[in-house]
Formats: sequence, structure tokens, C-alpha cells
Amino acid sequence: MSLRKFISNKKIAALAVVVTVFANASAFAQEAAAGAAAATAEKPVDMAPVYKSTAFYVLAFLTLCLFIAIVGKALKVYELTREAQDKPNGINWNSINGVLFAIFLVVGLYGVYWEYTVHGSMILPEAASEHGKKIDSMFNITLIITTIVFIATHIALFAFAYLYRNTGKRKAYYYPHNNLLEQIWTFVPALVLTVLVLMGFLTWRSIFYKIEDPSNKPLSVEITSSQFAFAIRYPGADGVVGIKNYKLIDGNNPLGVDLKDKNALDDQVADELVIPINKPVRMILTSKDVLHSFYMPHFRVQLNTVPGMTSFFEFTPTISTADMKVKTNDPKFDYLILCAKICGAGHYNMQRKVRVVSQEEYNAWIKEQGTYVTDDLRKQFNLPLAAPVPAAATADSTATTNQIASK
Amino acid sequence: MSTISLHDTHNHDSHDDHGHHKETFITKYIFSQDHKMIAKQFLITGITMAVIAMGLSILFRIQLAWPDKSFPLLETFLGKWAAGGRIQPDFYLALVTIHGTIMVFFVLTAGLSGTFSNLLIPLQLGARDMASPFLNMLSYWFFFSACVIMMASFFIQTGPASAGWTIYPPLSALPTAIKGSGLGMTLWLTSMVLFVASSLMGGINYVSTVLNLRTKGMDLWKMPLTIWAFFLTAILGILSFPVLVAGVVLLVFDRSFGTSFYLSDIVIGTQVLPNEGGSPILWQHLFWFLGHPEVYIVIMPALGISSEVISVNSRKPIFGYHAMIYSLIGITILSFIVWGHHMFVTGMNPLLGGVFMITTLIIAVPSAVKTFNYLATLWRGNIKFTPAMLFAIGLVSFFISGGLTGIFLGNAALDINLHDTYFVVAHFHLVMGSAAIFGMLAGVYHWYPKMFGRMMNPKLGYLHFWLTFISAYLVFFPLHFLGLDGVPRRYYAFTEFEFMQKWLTVNVFVTWAAIMGALAQVAFLFNFFYSIFKGKKAPQNPWEANTLEWTTPVEHLHGNWPGEIPTVYRWPYDYSKPGAEEDFIPQTIPFSQTMSSNMPHDFEGNAESERIQRDWEEKHTIATAIEPKIE
Repeated sequence: MSLRKFISNKKIAALAVVVTVFANASAFAQEAAAGAAAATAEKPVDMAPVYKSTAFYVLAFLTLCLFIAIVGKALKVYELTREAQDKPNGINWNSINGVLFAIFLVVGLYGVYWEYTVHGSMILPEAASEHGKKIDSMFNITLIITTIVFIATHIALFAFAYLYRNTGKRKAYYYPHNNLLEQIWTFVPALVLTVLVLMGFLTWRSIFYKIEDPSNKPLSVEITSSQFAFAIRYPGADGVVGIKNYKLIDGNNPLGVDLKDKNALDDQVADELVIPINKPVRMILTSKDVLHSFYMPHFRVQLNTVPGMTSFFEFTPTISTADMKVKTNDPKFDYLILCAKICGAGHYNMQRKVRVVSQEEYNAWIKEQGTYVTDDLRKQFNLPLAAPVPAAATADSTATTNQIASK
Repeated sequence: MSTISLHDTHNHDSHDDHGHHKETFITKYIFSQDHKMIAKQFLITGITMAVIAMGLSILFRIQLAWPDKSFPLLETFLGKWAAGGRIQPDFYLALVTIHGTIMVFFVLTAGLSGTFSNLLIPLQLGARDMASPFLNMLSYWFFFSACVIMMASFFIQTGPASAGWTIYPPLSALPTAIKGSGLGMTLWLTSMVLFVASSLMGGINYVSTVLNLRTKGMDLWKMPLTIWAFFLTAILGILSFPVLVAGVVLLVFDRSFGTSFYLSDIVIGTQVLPNEGGSPILWQHLFWFLGHPEVYIVIMPALGISSEVISVNSRKPIFGYHAMIYSLIGITILSFIVWGHHMFVTGMNPLLGGVFMITTLIIAVPSAVKTFNYLATLWRGNIKFTPAMLFAIGLVSFFISGGLTGIFLGNAALDINLHDTYFVVAHFHLVMGSAAIFGMLAGVYHWYPKMFGRMMNPKLGYLHFWLTFISAYLVFFPLHFLGLDGVPRRYYAFTEFEFMQKWLTVNVFVTWAAIMGALAQVAFLFNFFYSIFKGKKAPQNPWEANTLEWTTPVEHLHGNWPGEIPTVYRWPYDYSKPGAEEDFIPQTIPFSQTMSSNMPHDFEGNAESERIQRDWEEKHTIATAIEPKIE
């Protein structure tokens, strides 16, 4: 009875006040917005609906708060009545929370299953590179182990919370330590982690310490990242990208290539990264301005590009773009280079297309690409204005050495 | 500054005879040297900063969910940073940067350690105050200034720092590369220097208090796990924060005085910069030498708090007290040699990558031990679900979920494809963000009666917990899968890449979950501030806990205990000891008063005590044989 009175007196009054205030505010805002719109034509945004919807959401939230407050009051009244009538514990919150943990466990486990199957099917397709396969299998092993631990510990955690909730009938079990148990759960994780570390260590070494196969020498491609693009330079017929020097960078020479190095003369530029399948590619990664990260998720390739430092990543693509379109059942599929290191306002849109093609297609494509050297550049470096690039752009750089000009 | 030194001369000679000097409003609430008041100052500042940082996160979540939609209201509040009702890319990066900085440093370092180290170290050790109350006061005011300076950067023309919370140069060094690296970054660096000064003053104080001011009987192995955690955290901070300052000073030099510590071979547009010979990698080494211990600075106090809360509310001793301490020590030491796992793909020598992978995965072992010990503590307990206990259990859940994904990221080979993707975002928001915040909230709910002498409303606490717990999982669990799809973090919009389009609906869902989580905090904030004034009066020992802080009077007084400081006789975890009358035995009860419940290991090999106990037991064997066993 008192509860009802309370609500009807104060809360309803309060609600009424709130409603009036907001109605007035939004009406006022309407007028103000209309006035503003009339006065200054340059402000085309009509704020009235905005204020209205804001007021609506605020009001909805306040109503929710009010509802919660009423429920809270009702609970309090209930508990006080029980107390007044000398009946014990009105609501057993320990049981409620214990049961909620049990429900959370069940629903949560289903949620995890749902996530693994639904969102889990939206992730990257299988690795399109040799080392990527090793990474994927390591990932799967780690995923299986961690999922088992994740599920088991959570079942224990929430089941214990449910089972051992205070009921007022039991006393807790005094159990300060057990050396054997503690040793077990020190050594078992240590052992599992040792296995994972060893596998990871070997995989890591196999990725970064490549033994060169003389019959299958890698194709070197240089990437120069800048805000907010990746410039791609192919080595040309000699298989070596020429030396560059950042001090030479100007409008004509955006990469700062030093044309005194004869290796630079046949270098080619492209606006997409095209690489032949099943042939090692050695990415030479440099940056012109800030840090970027050369990230090709489909190939499991990532390395930062650092100004003042050259880094290398060698990988072998194993699935052509055309095959991947089939595998992913997505005709629009493309391999990509993304930037993964925060680099400025355009960070979110720094990309290049990558195409993995057959060796023949690659040979045909590379012939089409222009050289880096332009006439203006030749003038700048006092080089003879040699006419077309030597037909050496048959450009199967396999034949040539891959020694890059090291600093 | 002058006020502080003035205050010093006023009060300097009087703070030994506690409680007798007259306190003005200024000495009591503003330039207070009382550790309990300073703890409250840290807490309320921390909560304020947390609310701000949460607001920032909602802003950028809105941008991620509806990248094409215009919100004219945003322009009303943010002006040119949300021109046309859409958050601008520059400002988006500023938002994520400041959100990260505030959360990591101001909320989870100062707000967590500052609050609970200050409150609990003297109270749980039986000290009248910190070793150096004046330094303690300075620590708070340096922290406060750092907060003010950081927030000031929202009110300048070029906007706040926006190079990410790790402020990697060259981006953070060159205003031409991003607007936020202008005055905003200068303010960030200034703020951080003040913050580190604050944190050092605090840390030195905590360590010296723990080492010197323990009450009689409180040897190191009788300290509650909270104190162990705060103690080791302070040591970590003292050893690692100065390195950040060193790094920051070098960055200031690079930015303002033309040096080249981090800069080399840089061309912005076609403008060739004169810097030569520096290395951006150097910054990363210096930063992460702090940065990795920092995540343990964040999580260890939370683990300490949850150890205490779980033990008290399970009415059971914490399982493996010694193992808990050794794993904390292990984490402390190992945390100094794992920083390189943040740099696997920076172009650092791959040899180092292998080494850091090994150390990183080793650190998972003590963390696993802690988790299993928590589970064992819950097993066959008698669990009382106070709001603090709920949050402590939530912490364990997040610590497991986020910790396990750390095994992926700590593996250098797997990190190649996961580095700087949403997988990382999901990982650290669970293990360090949510877990540490839950530890902090557990602490607030648990020690609120000690801080304010009143109780918080438990029902609002339950509501707060369940909404926050659920929404945290709804926000961060799906983000793992974005990472596995190769979506990099700190992307302003997912509109430019075909393959990211499918995640837009997920982003909308995550944003709604985040908004729900943010609104749930209203329940906490209302409860917190309302209860300060209108909460139910707290009894002296509301949770029936063993530790010393519950022996102090509810009404605060300078010096903590009205008479002599109590002596400590036993460890803090004698809950539900067989043979004892009640299910808790405070640390101040000597074994001579609990003859019926003493156990052989209680006497730590003291032959005399063991003999007395044996004699007593012989005398009482007949009595116990008749009495029914309580079990």
C-alpha cells in the first residue's frame, strides 16, 4: 500500500516533471533550430529531429532508471515486510547469483560455440603461402589446447560458484594448500608451453632464416611505404633493385633512387604487386616517412617498414588469385597489402592489390611495366637519354642473382 | 606550488602526534596528508578519468559502427572535429590515443594502485600512516596535474596527441605527419613526466612503508596478498617508470631541440629532414621496457585484491598462499625480460624474437598457477556473493579468457599475422582492461565501508556486475574474429576494404553492447556517490574479514587506531578453520585463545608452542571425544 502511495506521489510527479521539461526543451530546440535555419542559410542541418530523438533516448533511459528504482523499492519493501513479520531472509541473493552464474555458464558456452562457428567461418581463408601453412597448423594446435583449457576452467569457475554458494547450512572446507596439486598445475602448463615454445621457435626460425636454394632463387621486390601508399619497385632484368638514398628524393625521384648505381637503371615500377606462384619472393621493406607495417594477411606476412632501416621478408605464394577466387567462392576476391601500424589520418585506407599468377602470366605482365628512370631523371643524373629500355626486360629474374644492394 | 610548500611549513611538525591538530577544509580535503583521504582523492579522480575515457570510447565506437551516418549532435559538441556530424580521421586517432593513455595510466595505474595501496598498506600492515605522508600528498597532486594537462589537450587548436597510446616516433615526433603531434603531443609528454614523478613518489612510499612500518608480529609471510601485490607492483614501477621518462626526454629532445635519437632518413612529402643516425626501434625498446611491466603494474594489484576478496567471501583460506606469492614474484621478475614480444615484427633481429618468445611463454606459468589457485579456493567454499565477490569472479573469468589469447600473441610465429590486429585489441581489453577494472571495482565494493564508513547498495551492485560482465564479453569476444580475419586496429572506418564490409554489422552489435556497458556504469556511479552521503552506516567488520583494517574504528581518525596498534599473531586467511567457533579468526587473535583450532603448522616449528599445544590437546581429548564433530 505504502509502495503504491509512494510511487503515485513522488515518482509519477517526477516523471511528469521530466516529461514536461523534455517536451519543452525539444519544443524550444525546434524553435531555436527553425530560427537558426531562417537566419543563416548556410546551416542546412535541421537540428529539430536530432534534439527530438536525443530527448527520446534520454527519456527512455530515464524511464528505465525509474523502472529499476521502482523495482529496487519494491524489493526493499518486500524485505522490510519479511523482517517486520520475523520471517527469515526474504530473497536469497546468494542463490540468485549462484544460479545466474550457472545460467551464464550454459548460455556462455553456447555463445562460444556460436562465435566459433559463425564468426569463425568469416575469418581469413587458408594460408596462401608455404610458411603460412606452418603458421596455420600451429594456430590450430594452440587453438585446440587453449579452447580445452578455456572451457574446462570456466566450467570449474562457474560450476563452483553455483555449487558452493552460501546456503547457511555448510561450513567451508579448510584447505590452505596441497603441494602435489600445486606442483601438477605448475608443471603441466610448463610442459605444454614448452612444447608450444619449441614449435613456435622452430617455425619462427624457418620463416626468418631461409637457406637459399640456388635453383630457385627468390624474386626481389622493394616496397617503399609512405603516407598513405605503398610504392612497388621491381628489380628489372638484373634481378637487383638499385641503391636509393633518401636525400635524393624530390618531385622527379619520389623514391630517391641513386641512378649512379647501374643496377637501378632497369628497375621497374608497378601499381600492383604481381608475383609468380610457387616462387620465393623476397620483400625488401623500407619506409619514406613514418613507421608503417607491410601486412599481407592472406600470406601470413607482416613486417614493419622503418625509416632508416631495411628489413626483409621472404615467402612463397602457393595459391594463385584465380584459385583463391574459387576456394573462397568470391569472384571479387583479391589479395591485399594493408598498413597495420598507425601512420596518420589515412591509415585506414592504405592498400595495394596483390595478384598471384603463373610464371608465364608474370613474364608477360612484367614486360608491360615501365621503368623507374624517366628522361627528367636522366637529365638530373647527367645520363645519356638512352631511348627505350633494353629488351632485356624478358625479365625472368630467376636467372640472375638476387643479391640486393645491401647498405 | 607555493601552496604546497606553505602547507608543509604549517603542518610539518604536527603530524606525528596524530589527531590533535586542527584541520581546516584545505588540510583535510585538499592538501591532505592522511593516507585514507589521499586514497579517496585517487579513487574519485580515477573514476572521473575512467568516465571520460569511457565516453571517448563510445565516441569512436559510434564512428566504427556507423561510418557513413551523420550525427549532427556530435558537431554541436565537438565542432570541427566532427564536422558534418562525423568524427574526423585525425580526431578518431586522438580518441583512441587518449582513451588508451587515460585507461592504462590514469585509471588502472594511478586509480588502482594509488587508491588501494594508499588505503590498504597502512591499514593492513598496522601503520599509523605512510612512511612519508608529505610525499604521498605530492604524489596525488602530481597525478592530478598530469590529468589536467592531458585533458587540456582537448582544448587546443591542433587537438590531442594522436599517434596511439604507445606514441611511436617518427609519427609522434613530426607535427607535419599528423596534427596531433604538435602541441597535443607536447602536453602528452609533459603530462606523462608528471605522472611518472607521481607514480615514483607513490611507489617509493609504498615500498618503504611495507618494509619499515609493519606492526609487531607482521612478518612478510603474514602479509595479506593485497599487500604483497602492491609491494611488488611498486617495485616494478620504481624500476621501470624511469626508463619511460628517459625515453620521453629523448623524444622531447628530438621534437624540440633537433636531436636524432629516434629519427633518421625521413622525408615528409618531398621535404627531406636533416635527422640522421637515429632509430625508431630504440623508442620501442625503451617504451616497452616500461610498457610490459606496466601491464603487470595494472593487473597485479587487481589480482591481489581479488585474492583477498575471494578468500573472504568463499570463507576459505586462499589456496596456496606461498605459491601465490612466489608466482607474483615470478611475474615481477619475468615481466622485465618479455618486452620484446611487442616488437616481433618491427624488424628487430629475428634472433631476439625467438628469445623473447621463450621468456614470454614462461610468464604464462605463474599466471596459470594463480588461476588454478583461485579455482581451488572456490572449491568447497561457502560463497557469499557480495558485489565485490562477483567482480572478483568476473576478474578470474577475464583473466583466463584474455590470458589464453596471450599464448597466441606471445608466439612469435603466430604474432606475424595477429600483430596490430583486432585480436590484440580483444586480448588486452580482456586480460588487462576488463580484468583490472573488475579488480578495481571489487576493491571499491569491498573497501567502500572502510573508505566512507557507509555501505553501498548491494542490489545495484549486482545489477552493475551482471550488465558490465555480459556487455564486456559481448564487446570483446567478437573482436577476436575480426583480428583473425586480418583487420588491423586503429582503422577509422571499415568502408575502404571490400573484405571488411562483412564486419560492419558486428561493429554495430559491439557498439550497442559497449553503450549498454557504459550505461550500466550509471548504476555504479549513482550507488557510489549516493552512498557516500545516504548509504547505510557500516558496521566495523561488514564482511567478517581477518585483516587488520577491520579492527580500526568506522569513523576515520588520523593515525588509524585510537590506542596502541594491534599486534599480529597469525596469517590473514584463517577462515572456516576446523574447531574454531566462528568461521573467521582475525589476525589479532593469539593462538592461545584458539587452542581448539590450532594446527601443527601454525607454530612454524616452534618447539615450545608445540609442547603447550600438545599438553592442551591431551587435557581436552576426553572433551572432544564427547562433543560431536563440527564439520
